[in-house]
Amino acid sequence: MDVMQAVGPSVVPLRSLSPWPRIWAQARRALILGVAVFVLVMPALFVFLWMLSLALKPDVENTAYPPIFIPRSPTLDSFRQILDGSPIGRYTMNSAVVAGGSTVIALVLGVPAGYGIAKSQKRGMLGFVLIARMTPALSYLIPWFIMFRAIGLNNTLTALVITHLVIGLPVVIWVMVGFFDGLPRDLEEAAAVDGASPWQAFWHVALPLGRPGIVVASLLAFIFSWNNFIFAVVLAGRETRTLPVLVFNTLTFERLAFGPLAAAAILVTLPVLIVTVLVQRQIVVGMTAGAVKS
Amino acid sequence: MGTRYLWFIAPAVIVTVAIIIFPWMFTIYMSLHDWQITGAQTFIGLENYVSAFADRRFIAAIWRTGLYAIFSVTLPVILGTAAATVFHHEFPLRGLLRGIFIMPMMATPVAVALVWAMMFHPQLGVLNYLLKSVGLPPSLWVYSPNTVLPALAMVETWQWTPLVMLIVLGGLATLPVEPYESARIDGAQPWQTFVYITLPLVMPVILVAVVLRTIDALKAFDLIFTITQGGPGTASETLNIYLYLKAFSFYQIGQASAIVVIFFVMIVALSLGALALRERTRWT
Repeated sequence: MDVMQAVGPSVVPLRSLSPWPRIWAQARRALILGVAVFVLVMPALFVFLWMLSLALKPDVENTAYPPIFIPRSPTLDSFRQILDGSPIGRYTMNSAVVAGGSTVIALVLGVPAGYGIAKSQKRGMLGFVLIARMTPALSYLIPWFIMFRAIGLNNTLTALVITHLVIGLPVVIWVMVGFFDGLPRDLEEAAAVDGASPWQAFWHVALPLGRPGIVVASLLAFIFSWNNFIFAVVLAGRETRTLPVLVFNTLTFERLAFGPLAAAAILVTLPVLIVTVLVQRQIVVGMTAGAVKS
Repeated sequence: MGTRYLWFIAPAVIVTVAIIIFPWMFTIYMSLHDWQITGAQTFIGLENYVSAFADRRFIAAIWRTGLYAIFSVTLPVILGTAAATVFHHEFPLRGLLRGIFIMPMMATPVAVALVWAMMFHPQLGVLNYLLKSVGLPPSLWVYSPNTVLPALAMVETWQWTPLVMLIVLGGLATLPVEPYESARIDGAQPWQTFVYITLPLVMPVILVAVVLRTIDALKAFDLIFTITQGGPGTASETLNIYLYLKAFSFYQIGQASAIVVIFFVMIVALSLGALALRERTRWT
């Protein structure tokens, strides 16, 4: 329940003579809350708005002092420079293929696994998922690098899809176990009574009911794979790089070209930000699944 | 009940073994060899481990990682808990504002790191202008060995406070109502309610956040690599950055594998310690 609701007079008389003290207390509470929310949201808002401002300003305004916050003569030149001057189309395709491919495979493997773990109560499996989360990415990367070299998979999208399963699979299993745990058991028991096999009960009963969970799991798996940098920077070749690698390369080549750098950053992260704000409720559910219960 | 669901789990287990367990085993195997990228390998026992601990750069990286982790665990946990108590209230546009608040954690790390890198610029960056406009002296941020780690930890805090907020918010949602009723009847002040009721009740959840944050802070890579690549000099060279250079710039695969094993043992030990602490708070 509301923690701060005790603000104001602690003993409220049954019938107060004037309504003003109560209204006053409520206004004060609203003001404090408003200021707190503003202070919390400001840093996030500022950085993203600044990124937008940098991308829309011409070079002269970006290097001006004192800094110009709202672009005076906004231009899309920086975006044009990135879109024309870099193989962003190919990198976007690569990112989409890697994130999409690994998410689909993670769903195919992880949704049944989440169901199986939830039904058989084999919680030990979840500890395993946790260990996968704890491990530094570099600990997979070194052996993968050597192994992919040995079988000629370095610099291929296949290698990236396989490695991004390490990101997607734990997310999918984690979210789905939490989701299937919360489903009512009656329907599947009815299905079992009607002679359905566990597989049929899963396919015809649990899966349709689990659709919201699957949506959350795929969104998170896709976003985390889309955002991943370290796997691609080591394993991808010139043709198979993903978008975060493009952003990083823009940074190393054009250290002071603020406009194009910000434009590249926006092009990569804007889809993710839009999805985040649109489905924030589902993301909240997905990100906290398990963390509270366990 | 048990074995019926084996077939649901088996495919995921097989893939996990292939892409996670097998690479780990292979890492241990490589760590016992003088392993060159060209393919020459000779068994040398524990020599890679011995030489790792003899390497000053490695020891320095461990201290730096610890320092970085202390900043980037305490700050997000304190701020995230505070943010959770705020977002626990009902207010207009709460969903949208919460969405904006969690944007830093969902955004592509390389992209936001790049924006921060531009904001840190001593002459052209906006941060020094903001400092000056409130009357504070300018800082060299990530351009000075003295300030680089706190500056990076500040970005990490900006990025990951939302995750702590979400975890604690989830904890707040499950709290019982009764203690608050009695506190109100007893005339407790809001801060008393928070310190004596809310905080102890959500402590187990906060500890989960501490564990997750510790793990993530120790393995931080994208931010540091994008903004400083370990510099200036080696001033922000944490274990992960050192490991990356060892493996993929110097190609000392055997040495790097030994460091991975040491690193992994450290992370697991810390996590188990923290979880043990959590068990204790649960019973008292």
